[in-house]
Amino acid sequence: MTEQYSSAPAELEPDATGTPGACLYSLRLYIAGETPKSMAAIRNLRALCATHLADEYSIEVIDLCINPRLAAADQILAIPTVVRHLPAPLRKVIGDLSDTERVLVGLDLRPRAGS
Amino acid sequence: MTGAVLSKSPTGISGFDDVTLGGLPAGRPTLMCGAAGCGKTLFAMTFLVEGVLKYGEPGVLVSFEESAEDLAANVASLGYDVMSLIDEKKLAIDHVKIDPAGIEDTGEYDLEGLFVRLDHAIKSVNAKRVVLDTLEALFASFPDAVLLRTELRRLFDWLKERGVTAIVTAERGTGDPNRLTRHGIEEYVSDCVILLDNRVENQVATRRLRIVKYRGSAHGTNEYPFLIDTTGISVLPITSAGLAHLTSSDVISTGIADLDSMLGVGGYFVGSSVLVSGLAGTGKTTFAAKFVEARCALGERTLWYAFEESPEQIVRNMRSVGVDLAHCLDGTLRIESARPSFFGLEMHLARMVRDIDLFKPSAVVIDPISSLRGVESEVHATLLRLVDLLKSRGITAVFTSLSSIDQASSLNDRSISSLMDTWISLSHIETNGERNRLVYVLKSRGMDHSNQVREYQISNEGIAMVPAYIGAGGVLTGSARLAQEAQERDQSAARDELVMQKKRELARRRKAVEQQVAELQSALNAEASELDALIEQSDEHKRLHEADRDRMAQLRRTKE
Repeated sequence: MTEQYSSAPAELEPDATGTPGACLYSLRLYIAGETPKSMAAIRNLRALCATHLADEYSIEVIDLCINPRLAAADQILAIPTVVRHLPAPLRKVIGDLSDTERVLVGLDLRPRAGS
Repeated sequence: MTGAVLSKSPTGISGFDDVTLGGLPAGRPTLMCGAAGCGKTLFAMTFLVEGVLKYGEPGVLVSFEESAEDLAANVASLGYDVMSLIDEKKLAIDHVKIDPAGIEDTGEYDLEGLFVRLDHAIKSVNAKRVVLDTLEALFASFPDAVLLRTELRRLFDWLKERGVTAIVTAERGTGDPNRLTRHGIEEYVSDCVILLDNRVENQVATRRLRIVKYRGSAHGTNEYPFLIDTTGISVLPITSAGLAHLTSSDVISTGIADLDSMLGVGGYFVGSSVLVSGLAGTGKTTFAAKFVEARCALGERTLWYAFEESPEQIVRNMRSVGVDLAHCLDGTLRIESARPSFFGLEMHLARMVRDIDLFKPSAVVIDPISSLRGVESEVHATLLRLVDLLKSRGITAVFTSLSSIDQASSLNDRSISSLMDTWISLSHIETNGERNRLVYVLKSRGMDHSNQVREYQISNEGIAMVPAYIGAGGVLTGSARLAQEAQERDQSAARDELVMQKKRELARRRKAVEQQVAELQSALNAEASELDALIEQSDEHKRLHEADRDRMAQLRRTKE
């Protein structure tokens, strides 16, 4: 697993670990400040990925309070939002990710058979 | 905050700032609602761009519907170079794409992302003006309406805190007419609400604007027509100007010398409204053209609204009556032709107001007002406002009106006659297989005008009045008048002849009588001289007799 915490003034560099192709799932979590909702979302996303995606994922956390320009790229309105960049097509879910079932459906993260 | 005057942010939209007495409430959000195609986005764009260009206030547009490129292309025709304003960091456009499918929500969330973006955009250009177009699109994307409303309320509070002047556009709600917007956003924006409307009546669309509320400020409450054309939006604050306009005693010529003298003071009063009404073919347009010609000859600007003829057609037709308008065009004369059905009444009026304010004419011709179609009360109201408007600007106006039925005043004339200061009625009578034209001044306020019905003739030299011939059967015109005149001439000649004859006869008789008198006199003289001779003879006789007696006496004495 790879995880990158984007912070100012770093540009968006999803492949900081240099293994982008190896990640089946590339997820980006947008938050705005360290609010309880944001913290819950980070926690929930990590737990969920660890449970369902084994090692084949990367999570990038973007704090819009630090980097507001990045909000436009993924058309972020609601906070928190998770965007699944890979595999295509792009998918989004919003909320603190406490409803695991809906996250899995919304991001189309199929639990791998036999896991 | 005692006595604090609400500060206002001018929109730069001509007319709108007049209606709102200065513009939108500065530092507060304004709701602009209207159905699709009302011009909400254009209004908002104009507010932003004019803000930059005229008032030095940078702006932010958060568009939920159109991309920056599309928006820029839409207003490029108005001469707004949006892209270069963006490059100069005076304008920021953030296109928020709304996912039409809706987004799965997986727990608690808020719209902080929107706030972050808006905040970022405002800071990037140091914006004073913000437009959110169309905010309600969020309702399609976020299923939790309760949360959305909370967030919107927070957004408006947030905008107020920032002190930015904001326009929030929203779709007009369908169904319930009491709801201004589809999702009831008006609940949150309480400072200023503007309603745009594009109504179709009699197959003619008219754009209207109304200020539903404006907290803390006086404002016009009417529906104001507004135009969107190549010069952008113009709102037309057309209200009854009241009757406080300046009144002039100056007189300007009607262009027809005889008509000038019929009016008593030598023409129309400056700033008065003149109605020339008449049946088809009585020369209403010609009367107007003569007036225009006279104005143009003095170098006065004149604006002619033609509802039935194109400018070229007018010029050609008027040339046939000796009025050359061609050389006035492009200079002092402007002819605006448009079919009456092309716009609604409001729009015609709006266009006129704009043209009048741009061209600044001293005289206006509207030919004819009778072709303005609509509900009669509306036509009347439109004309009333037009008359007031022209009067308030001191513009002399000539309206022509086609009388539809063969009587002095048709219904339409009657309803507007009270608006007019001078009413010249044209008519014609048909006798002896010909039609002759008559003119009379039906009314003319403030003038000792002629009460005479005059015949006039339109020739290639213009309009000439002919004294009407009043005969036993009424006014005689045309050939009937000529025949009557000939007959009178004959009768008069016959009478003259008779007099001469009588004179000659009298002379002759006088001569005869004088002759007789002379004859008698001579006879008398003869008798007198005869008598004298006789008297002399008798005296002689008497003397001789006495002489004889004396001699006889002497003889007798000698014998004794």
